Amino acid sequence: MHPPRITSLGDTAFNIEYGDDLSLEVGVRVTALNAAVLCARDQGELTGLVETVPTFRSLQIVYDPLVTSRAVLEAALLALDAQIARSSSPPSRRWRLPVCYRGEFAPDLTAVATATGLSCDAVIARHCAPDYTVRMLGFLPGFAYLTGLDPALRLPRRSDPRTRVPAGSVAIADTLAAVYPSDSPGGWHLLGRCPLPLFDPSATPPVLLSAGDRVRFEPVEPDCFAALAAVRPSPEPDQTA
Amino acid sequence: MSPSLDVLRPGPRTSLQDLGRTGWRAMGLPVSGAMDRIGLRLANALVGNPQNEGCLELTLSGPLLRIETDSVRIAIAGPARLTLTTARGEQRTLSPDRSWRLGRGDLLEIGPIIGSAVAYLAVEGGFAIDPVLGSLSTHLGAGLGPLGGRALGPGLLPLRRAEAGSGPDLTLTRPLPYGDGPIRVIPGPQAEAFTEASLATLLSSCYRVGMRSDRMGMRLEGPKLVHRAGADIVSDGIVAGCLQVSGDGGPILLLADHQTTGGYAKIATAISADLPRLGRAAPGDRLFFQAVTVEQAEAARRDQERALLTGLNALAPVAEVGRIDLSALYRAELISGVVTGDDEPVARPEAGAI
Repeated sequence: MHPPRITSLGDTAFNIEYGDDLSLEVGVRVTALNAAVLCARDQGELTGLVETVPTFRSLQIVYDPLVTSRAVLEAALLALDAQIARSSSPPSRRWRLPVCYRGEFAPDLTAVATATGLSCDAVIARHCAPDYTVRMLGFLPGFAYLTGLDPALRLPRRSDPRTRVPAGSVAIADTLAAVYPSDSPGGWHLLGRCPLPLFDPSATPPVLLSAGDRVRFEPVEPDCFAALAAVRPSPEPDQTA
Repeated sequence: MSPSLDVLRPGPRTSLQDLGRTGWRAMGLPVSGAMDRIGLRLANALVGNPQNEGCLELTLSGPLLRIETDSVRIAIAGPARLTLTTARGEQRTLSPDRSWRLGRGDLLEIGPIIGSAVAYLAVEGGFAIDPVLGSLSTHLGAGLGPLGGRALGPGLLPLRRAEAGSGPDLTLTRPLPYGDGPIRVIPGPQAEAFTEASLATLLSSCYRVGMRSDRMGMRLEGPKLVHRAGADIVSDGIVAGCLQVSGDGGPILLLADHQTTGGYAKIATAISADLPRLGRAAPGDRLFFQAVTVEQAEAARRDQERALLTGLNALAPVAEVGRIDLSALYRAELISGVVTGDDEPVARPEAGAI
């Protein structure tokens, strides 16, 4: 992690950047700053702030240049950053997401086992062991990038990306894990399928996960899949990290 | 039948848009919205709508519509060719950048749009369509928005108003502040990921808008830009205007439907005051770039907004100087069945009408 560095995105946004890699320390700082910014906004401060976007290594601040200016917001954000540097990190929500690792839901399981030299069961065990952290949403509405993948499962993206990855596909690529929230093209390895809707524009909120949340995957059998698909998920009652 | 526009032919890439779906980027939802925000605001102002009302964004060419309500006030902002065939079978050319009152059974054909990639169609009172997550903008790639997140198809588009208001039609009286000259950019957020010569190349070369351009972004054809150590970065946030450069060195200028985050280095970002002009740029158009500071960009945007509000406040009632407004007479039912030979009773704004 390095001291906060400001980078420009034109005259409507800027980034407060803490690092150049995926380290968790940086992610915790981004999440903490985001929480502080949203809290300040809810208290009527930071006039002209439009929205924020937490990413792996930075917090993007979007503003309305007709209402405020970069200079004003940048000073306010650096002051907030100095405050959070001295406080503890905010609690995070925890989710258990069911995953069916069988048959048609797991088209790349065998190939991943072959490529990593593990058995299929060992791949599944290593995939559902970690406590993942949501670091950023992007690419598609509701697409959450998770860090925490077991290094033994680290593989480059597929050399032949699929033109259609089904919604709910549980996927890995490089050091990351994710669940595809909707049908889309994709080059990640598909290990299973999650029946829960991660993006539903008619729901409140429309997206299940947010940056800073913790996620665990829990294997389920195909016969539970349909029943689980009807459930509106909620985080575990204990919301402290 | 409830008041509606019957879309007989939707046009090649017509979609419903407003000023964008803000507030959801942290969830990965793109902002979308009008490629040319000035054009959308003009269309709405011409029919007396709030600035953020949903309009049809027309690309390349527009739809063929039949009016299925007693009367409706409609405006097209942008250089589109408009042909009206009235229910009585008379044909005439209508000018854009002003509002028109149309009646039941009238056919409005919006032909090629020449001189801009987009034009906007607004109806007085707006469309009777529910917003999705607070917005009437459509993201075609994600299938997000009204009309199932898809482009306009044939069929009925419901209207909120069954009749046009009693006020006069309005017309633009002065050019709006799109700006001219080079597109102004602010270097960053990853200018340092490129060789020094690359930024100089970007700021001194002519680029052409490529054919492979859409609402997500325009490919720029011109000198390649060179990364110091590869195109990939740790993914971070994007805004409209970002000049992203992938591995082949060709810049892509991201526009309204850009993804919220991306993993290619961004050498510079076009300023917000120049986005409407970029949204109007069509394949083949030439672009030059010039670096400015954040403070200069913010000032340019404030100046533009002031000039835009002045222009929208100066919309004027259509005056039929020295002529009889036959369409008004029809509406008042003072005459009937007369074929008019008059095409455009009002001069185009750039000719200094009114």
